[in-house]
Amino acid sequence: MRRLLLALALLAVWLPLALAVSSPSEMLPDPAQEQRAQEIGRQLRCLVCQNESIEDSHADLARDLRHIVRERVAAGDSDAAVIDYLHARYGDFVLLRPPFNLLTAALWGMPVLALGGGLAAILLLRRRGAAPEPLPLSAEEQARLAALEKDPAE
Amino acid sequence: MPMTSRRVLMLAPLGVAAAGGLGFYAMLRGLGTGEYDPHGVPSALVGRTPPEFSLPPLVPSGLPLLASADLQNLEGPVLVNFWASWCVPCVVEHPQLMRLKREGVAVYGVNYKDKPEAAMAFLARHGNPFQRLGRDEPGRVAIDWGVYGVPETYFVDRKGVIRWRWAGPITPEVLEQDVRALLRHYA
Repeated sequence: MRRLLLALALLAVWLPLALAVSSPSEMLPDPAQEQRAQEIGRQLRCLVCQNESIEDSHADLARDLRHIVRERVAAGDSDAAVIDYLHARYGDFVLLRPPFNLLTAALWGMPVLALGGGLAAILLLRRRGAAPEPLPLSAEEQARLAALEKDPAE
Repeated sequence: MPMTSRRVLMLAPLGVAAAGGLGFYAMLRGLGTGEYDPHGVPSALVGRTPPEFSLPPLVPSGLPLLASADLQNLEGPVLVNFWASWCVPCVVEHPQLMRLKREGVAVYGVNYKDKPEAAMAFLARHGNPFQRLGRDEPGRVAIDWGVYGVPETYFVDRKGVIRWRWAGPITPEVLEQDVRALLRHYA
């Protein structure tokens, strides 16, 4: 019961945070445009809090950027044009999904490298083949084995 | 198993661990010296000319307004400083701006999201380092410059190209190490 109450209390704290993002006054009157603006905003990093998108952040700058995104959407810009608008001002950092370039090549290449490395290791180990067949037992060893296998009760 | 491939198998993890350690050391060193800042937002405007803008003046100060035309064909390099009276680090950096003014360096100000009377009180209390001062009450010109917090300072060379951006207060160390070097280089 106490756990449930705690969970409810936590939810009560988080819920307004999750919903307070776009107060109705900030939203575009056209729901389709608002939907697009939210999708664009979720791809843009808040530069103040850094691990939140501008849609999730309460920072003043994020609010200003949300406003700009809606202004551009209402003016008829494509999604790419809106993102380019902010990319030109804040650089790659504003994109939550980093673009592929020389600086991020290692980041994007890492899964390929890891997978390739693993495959290479498996192939190398396979090519080495199974362990060689053990040598057959000598006469002496066979005699000893027979003695060990004999039931002492007999 | 041949001896060489066994040795390679043993050394490979060691090599990976050593490379990782070196990388980590470089990162910590960079954090210490300030060369590497994971939270820093590199400016997209360095190497470019400032965006087109025109800002109204802070009327009671009597200082001329600031527009992009004022950042073309300059007599010498100019510092463009985004500040606000409500910003605590701006108080920290103000003595350095005053010092640059005394040395004859042109410092242009952009008063960001501020009330005129509060901005005037700040200048009356701490001194005025600015040759020109524009008011950016909505903060839109700051966004065009890629500003994400005050104070932020941009170094514009005499051709009107942005050469350097500092996010955060200009401490005496930043003044001595970075600004002086830039002033010498772009004199």
